[in-house]
Amino acid sequence: MILNNGRFLCVPVLLLLIIVGMAGHAGAAQTLRGTGDLGLIIERASGSLVVVETTSHTALGRVEGLGDLSHASAVFSRDGRFAYIFGRDGGLTKIDLLRTEIAKRIIQSGNSIGGAISQDGKLIAVSNYKPGGVRVFDAETLEMVADIPATMEDGTLSKVVGLVDAPGQKFIFSLWDAGEIWVLDFSVGPEPGLTKFKNVGRNPYDALITSDGRYYVAGLFGEDGLAKLDLWHMDAGVTRILDGYGRGEEKMPVYKMPHLEGWARAGDYLFLPAVGRHEVLVVDASTWREVKRIPVHGQPVFAVARPDGRQVWVNFAHPRNDTVQVIDVPSMSIIRTYTPGKAVLHMEFTPRGEQVWISVRDEDRVDVYDTRTMQVMRTLSTQKPSGIFLTARAGRTGL
Amino acid sequence: MRSLKTPAPNMRFVEAMIAVLICAAALAPTIAPAGEVLSQNRRSDLNHLLRHDCGSCHGMTLKGGLGPALLPEHLTAWDVDSLAAMILRGNPQKAMPGWSELLSDAEAKYLAQRLLEGDAQ
Ligand code: HEC
Repeated sequence: MILNNGRFLCVPVLLLLIIVGMAGHAGAAQTLRGTGDLGLIIERASGSLVVVETTSHTALGRVEGLGDLSHASAVFSRDGRFAYIFGRDGGLTKIDLLRTEIAKRIIQSGNSIGGAISQDGKLIAVSNYKPGGVRVFDAETLEMVADIPATMEDGTLSKVVGLVDAPGQKFIFSLWDAGEIWVLDFSVGPEPGLTKFKNVGRNPYDALITSDGRYYVAGLFGEDGLAKLDLWHMDAGVTRILDGYGRGEEKMPVYKMPHLEGWARAGDYLFLPAVGRHEVLVVDASTWREVKRIPVHGQPVFAVARPDGRQVWVNFAHPRNDTVQVIDVPSMSIIRTYTPGKAVLHMEFTPRGEQVWISVRDEDRVDVYDTRTMQVMRTLSTQKPSGIFLTARAGRTGL
Repeated sequence: MRSLKTPAPNMRFVEAMIAVLICAAALAPTIAPAGEVLSQNRRSDLNHLLRHDCGSCHGMTLKGGLGPALLPEHLTAWDVDSLAAMILRGNPQKAMPGWSELLSDAEAKYLAQRLLEGDAQ
């Protein structure tokens, strides 16, 4: 009886499966999906990127024709549908993540370094090395709405670094050659307000804004300290923090500039890569004083906190860039050292921190780690991967 | 001290040094002494270094970034020796790292040549 029933059921079930399967195929392009678990991996050498999803860790497609993507970065539209890619060659490309295709692309300068999206999502700002300055574009059409050359006192243009968005339709950036911090304010209308802070220190190389959007902090290559601007009290000006933190003791050659973006805030502490030193500095976030230095494997490039703040993952500059170390925040000690392979370039956590995606450029691989078991759970093969950017950034100031 | 006077131990010392050098060269071809012909492998490593690691500041196509463009038309004031010296010494005040801890003279000259010939890409 049971056997018969089973056989009897078999044929319609099979038919149903086939029909559903075919329907699935035919309608694949129309299948609805959200973008909350999407992201992209920059393939720096081939001018392409791979759209990925972090739920089952798969690549959804590749987008090509993005130009020189060395040092490329991305921001996301507030609905998580589009990514804006900032290429080294001045390319600004808007990517449709759902269609995995280029929605728009312009070359906006000769040489650019990064970008940001405004609080309301309507403006895209790009920081340029050549011509030194910031250009701002309509996020919808990529038409230019403002051009702010970083003119120095002698009339020449400065390279611009550390561009971030801030609450109140502001963009903030630093002038590498001039040693200045500028605040661009679009809340006043299409003609932005511009406030300049001069003599903040020599050669700011990168900057970050705290996730609450209150403090802008620029790392200074030419000085033993960092420059801090409190956006709630702009009139108080730029102040120096961590003065004499050790950059000057015995200058080591710096083979790669550290990145401050994604600077780790974990609980009451900030973790930041020391310039040129094999150390991660721990700073008390309320007093801005150094609490401790954690010796690490090499010159740190990124120190990124797991979203719960319990761990900080660190990668390193050439020639020690085959390693990743994990700092346990409560004990401020290294609990894990991985050797994923040559040229670990970037690490990105999923929004709730259960996975971290790590790009290993020279191995043509992205590894996905489970941060609970601390094991690699999945490997994706990609071409010379560098930056990894997930759509959760869409909802965060400064990213 | 004695070993310096008696020829036999001295010879042994020289032989040992030669052996050490040969081993070092075999095991770590990265430490190529000046004047040595670089292996094909090492040269391709250096090409890679130029594109990706120098490229992190000078741009992957060497058209410039934080550091200036390094294409032949930008380097007309330089010859191989001065360029190699610059690479090894760097200009730490201006964020150009000196590479002497990582590269030998021969390797720096190889990079200088690649830059001047403009086939670094
Ligand atoms: C951390 C960033 C950085 C890295 C990595 C780097 N450079 Fe530089 N380089 C610079 C900067 C900045 C300058 C400009 C220094 C100055 O203003 O005097 C420079 C200058 C130079 C110059 C002089 C160019 C000129 O016209 O004055 C040469 C040659 C050079 N670099 C070669 C190299 C090579 C070869 C490598 C890789 C082995 C390399 N650089 C790696 C930042 C870097």
